Amino acid sequence: MGLAIEINKKQIDEDSWSEHFFINMGPQHPSTHGVLRIFLELDGETIINCDPIIGYLHRGVEKLAENLNYNQGIVLSDRLDYISSAANNVAFALAVERLMGLKVPRRARLLRTIVSEMARICNHLLWLATHALDIGAMTVFLYCFRDREWLLNIFERICGARLTHSYVRVGGVRLDFTSEIVDELYKFTEEFPSRILDYETLIDVNRIWLKRTKGIAVVPLEEAINLGLTGPCLRGSGIAYDVRKYRPYDAYDEVEFVVPTGKTGDTYDRYRVRMEELRQSNSIIRQCLDKLPETEGEPVIAEGAPELCMPEKMKEPVPKPHPKLGAIFKGEPKKWVPVGESFASIESPKGELSVYLVSDGSSKPWRWRIRTPSFVHVSAIPHMSKGHMIADLVAIIGTLDIVLGDSDR
Amino acid sequence: MNLSVEELQKKFSSVIKEVKRTDYLTLICEREGFVEFMEYLKDNKGFKYLIDLCGVDYLNYPYKDWDERFEVVYHLYNFEAKELIRVKVRVPEDDCWHYSVTPLWKTANWFERECYDMFGIEFKGHPDLRRMLMPYDWKGYPLRKDYPLELDEESEWEVYKELKKRTKGK
Repeated sequence: MGLAIEINKKQIDEDSWSEHFFINMGPQHPSTHGVLRIFLELDGETIINCDPIIGYLHRGVEKLAENLNYNQGIVLSDRLDYISSAANNVAFALAVERLMGLKVPRRARLLRTIVSEMARICNHLLWLATHALDIGAMTVFLYCFRDREWLLNIFERICGARLTHSYVRVGGVRLDFTSEIVDELYKFTEEFPSRILDYETLIDVNRIWLKRTKGIAVVPLEEAINLGLTGPCLRGSGIAYDVRKYRPYDAYDEVEFVVPTGKTGDTYDRYRVRMEELRQSNSIIRQCLDKLPETEGEPVIAEGAPELCMPEKMKEPVPKPHPKLGAIFKGEPKKWVPVGESFASIESPKGELSVYLVSDGSSKPWRWRIRTPSFVHVSAIPHMSKGHMIADLVAIIGTLDIVLGDSDR
Repeated sequence: MNLSVEELQKKFSSVIKEVKRTDYLTLICEREGFVEFMEYLKDNKGFKYLIDLCGVDYLNYPYKDWDERFEVVYHLYNFEAKELIRVKVRVPEDDCWHYSVTPLWKTANWFERECYDMFGIEFKGHPDLRRMLMPYDWKGYPLRKDYPLELDEESEWEVYKELKKRTKGK
């Protein structure tokens, strides 16, 4: 309080105020989408410097995972990016599968692809809703949430949960789709393209929207790569880098889709990329649904997939169980997974999500490293916001599409 | 495959210690001359994108055949050749530092800060090395293997201890 009075006095005494001042934005600011604190150095309303401070949502997921078994790790991965948790599950499951050399059945791969794309649509809808709300377009919020609700209801039918699914298992998925789910998804894919048009008519010709997004936070291509931006943020700058195309996983090599790119790399381009991705995701879901009847009756989990219960001190019976005497549990501890390391990355809705796994053969990972897109995107805020106004910072946070649970882990 | 390992080994014979081909091509490097090596990979070989940088603690790892305790692992990607490589550097415990690659990649800035926060590996040449996810006055490095999952009451965070004391008094 004393400082404020002093500054106030100074301002009254002096004709011009030339000193920079410092201000905290967050951690409880509605437009920071979580608990992000940004320490700003301002000249008037122009940002000279800023320092994002994260860690308010740090739960130590990597440490926890080292003390839990592989299947429990999937439940933890749900809590990272809670808006598109299906995608996180897939990343972790892929890393373990590559380590174990599991061959996932085609039906399970198709189901996973459908679920990932549903998560992408959910995420982009929530992004559009909150981004538009931050910038000042209120109506879009309600439209988007209406359609997201529809998808969440389908998710609820698939696995019983709306946000934290844990639907994907190491080696496949938990449950098969019923025919009602398939019908509902067909209905959704029929209807959804017209809904995208609705959103676009709401904001594409909105003058406030255009003024606040065009030319804001321009990131040239070289800079974007150097900053490590991925996903729509990178593609908005003009390179068609998409993990689904470059290192295909699941069933993405079977489906056809276009990777949309922008030109200038400003906020508006990133918005266009995401809107186009909604259409592509919709068509991917449609293609996968068309392929599902071919795989009718296949199992949804791979042979040799780890059991849910993975005791730490299980021993292989040596010698092999005698038919009359029963098993004699002696010898080396059972190796659940091969010793070694694996790396898997997926195109999560926010960007590239990669998992680096080191195992020592036991039921628990030795090291589970997650590279989350939000973490990298938050680190890009200082470079993108330099010279912009405070109000634009809200647009920048929105366009990067960050979730603090994802960045703090 | 675009990258010729033999050529690299010839050019950087003092840097590359070991070449492994597991799921991806893995180069295990020395600390000295590492930044020049990475610069070469970035500027001349097209590995422009640093996917990930992380630390791994190998304390009492049963299948270890080297002496150093820590490893810093880099994943690099080449957009044109669609090629991914893994570069590793081993860091001993009593001499716990490594060269920073932040001058090459801005994205390495936060990765290195996180690595320092979690493992205590110092990065020389980093512009702003301080704690990131843990509070600035936290003691210890949480992702080290000898750091307990749950702290006992005495070694808890000072701020938290004070808070507990204050709420107990009321």
